[in-house]
Amino acid sequence: MSRTEGRNLRVILYEGPGSTPLDDGDRYQVLSSLLDNGFEVTRPVAGQEVAPPDDAPVLVLGLLDGEPLVAEDHEVHFRDLAQVNALDAAREVRKATGARTLDAWKPWFPVIDFDRCTNCMQCLTFCLFDVYGVDTEQKITVQNQDNCKTDCPACSRVCPEVAILFPKYAKGPINGDEVRDQDIQREAMKVDISTLLGGDLYGSLRTRQSEARKRFSTERDESKALLERKRCLGKLKKELDIPDEVLMTLPSADDIEERAARARTKLAKRQARSQTVKDARPAPSEAEWGI
Amino acid sequence: MKILYCNCTYAKVVPKDVKQDVLRQLSDSGRAFDAVADLCDMSARKDPALKKIADGGCTKIVACYPRAVKWLFHAAGTPLPDEGIDVLNMRVDSAEHVVKELLV
Ligand code: SF4
Ligand code: SF4
Repeated sequence: MSRTEGRNLRVILYEGPGSTPLDDGDRYQVLSSLLDNGFEVTRPVAGQEVAPPDDAPVLVLGLLDGEPLVAEDHEVHFRDLAQVNALDAAREVRKATGARTLDAWKPWFPVIDFDRCTNCMQCLTFCLFDVYGVDTEQKITVQNQDNCKTDCPACSRVCPEVAILFPKYAKGPINGDEVRDQDIQREAMKVDISTLLGGDLYGSLRTRQSEARKRFSTERDESKALLERKRCLGKLKKELDIPDEVLMTLPSADDIEERAARARTKLAKRQARSQTVKDARPAPSEAEWGI
Repeated sequence: MKILYCNCTYAKVVPKDVKQDVLRQLSDSGRAFDAVADLCDMSARKDPALKKIADGGCTKIVACYPRAVKWLFHAAGTPLPDEGIDVLNMRVDSAEHVVKELLV
């Protein structure tokens, strides 16, 4: 199962009829340990609303000393907190129900602000990891969230509209903070990465990499070669917060041209298809796609 | 008015003392609520639980920047309604301020 699939176990922290209410301290401890370990918890209170049930399996936890008033029209498990530890019980029921087990991952992926996005496709062309795609209406979409490289916000830097968010990024407006006038000045946001290395980034990287390789083969000094490569990329990393791993796999000029050609072929096919469908919305022009 | 609390479990972007303080006061308040480990994670998985929150009428969401929360729901295919959603931001506001807004 991929990290972005599966249903979660829903834990109900129950204190209604058929149970003894928890102490404030105990309730908080149970809540925080479950949340810190990736569980979703609902605390219902008579006469107040919570999210309705769905088809996710449910675990009812509480000091259960009678018949809890819980609808059992779907998969429900009961565990008494006088007998079991909340986290152990949640883990046990999660396993038994086949609910999603969480490996530690930082949900790091781009989120598009469609109030700002102009569908220019620059992010799609830039990202080498197939994070972006287009939907059936030919609108940009984030299709492979778990392909995204953790802590790399590079595509948000190439978006001319400041439309790409990474909610877990440290700084605004990429973290979702309001976009201010100074952010919109494109030169400030849209980083021309080639200038950081004084001109042709890809050429420069290639030259330095091949120099490093040469040195490696003549001097047999791996650490020196790596050091050289690191030094060359250090400036980029600092300016853009881009991890080394991603810098090492930045697309070459040839890669970009190849991807653009593929996108153009796809577009041509779509345009041909849309002409055969009456009343179909015209496919976007090449200029609109920005390729 | 429903309450949804996001614990931002998988990153340290929300100050720990703020989220703990808000959760403790919410827990002690006698109010019903839903709490999720991490809305970002749920959005990445297009978790159906987001739909029941988005469809469920007036809700106060305690998380981070309203723009991030709005587009995370949208990304999951379950956009929030234009009206009736109030997002409280634990990344920038104090626990005191968030709790005051939350429990009015
Ligand atoms: S680069 Fe920005 S404006 Fe262009 S399609 Fe991507 S998100 Fe939209
Ligand atoms: S929505 Fe905000 S508070 Fe919630 S997990 Fe994402 S970044 Fe953290």
